[in-house]
Amino acid sequence: MNNGKAEPIQKVSIIVSRGSLEGVYPGLIMANGARMEGIEATLFFTFFGLHAIIDKKMDKIKVATVGNPAMCVPSAMGPGLPTWMGAIPGMSWFATSMMKKEMEKLDIPPVREFIEMIHDAGCEIYGCKATVDMFHLTEKDFCPQVDGIISVGEFYEKSAGAQIIFT
Amino acid sequence: MTTTELLGKPIELDNDGHLKNLNDWTEELAVQIAKEEGISELTDRHWLVINYMRKEFQEKGDAPSIRKLTKESGVDTKELYALFPKGPAKKAAKIAGLPKPKGCI
Repeated sequence: MNNGKAEPIQKVSIIVSRGSLEGVYPGLIMANGARMEGIEATLFFTFFGLHAIIDKKMDKIKVATVGNPAMCVPSAMGPGLPTWMGAIPGMSWFATSMMKKEMEKLDIPPVREFIEMIHDAGCEIYGCKATVDMFHLTEKDFCPQVDGIISVGEFYEKSAGAQIIFT
Repeated sequence: MTTTELLGKPIELDNDGHLKNLNDWTEELAVQIAKEEGISELTDRHWLVINYMRKEFQEKGDAPSIRKLTKESGVDTKELYALFPKGPAKKAAKIAGLPKPKGCI
């Protein structure tokens, strides 16, 4: 730091490790935001985060209502949802549809459209090899925007000079 | 806030370096701002985006998001980044004489 005149960020490498709606979106918004600011960006999906780029899963990403003490109804400032109620069938679907409605108002696109937009914006998109092997997936399971399935070593190589952000 | 000279006239800028007064904007001024942003020539495709942004701003009071630009301006994301390298929404807003877009998308 030199008197608040720090170097601007040139490049970010964002890891998405969770497969819930609230686990996926922060990384996507940060990657898109980086490109909008002219910052180079790479997205790396690992573990359940892979769901955001698996063709058959990416349209079905849901809010986690179980194990989420911050879950409130009917909106963020409402009373907390008793934890056992989060497990009622349909609750996750309900919370997801509420949240998607709000997101649409803010012009936040659905996952598939967002991934396309981010990729078109020049952000590279990778899946984690260890998870792909562990989940018995193949390259065919992924959406066409995925630039490759790479090892952690390759991830670090591609992240040269980048700030790494884990979400 | 600063004042700069563009095309021989003093022009007020906001803290982000965008025009302070929308009314100062002219097409000639846009060409000049574009040059300073590293875009040597404004093509019909650039103008399509610029005019769409100005229209949206006049109607809604905020410059459109990149998603809206992609969906409604007639220019897709890839081309937007090619036309306005390093940040299309922000750069196009600057050339269009509008404040920096407030949204995150």
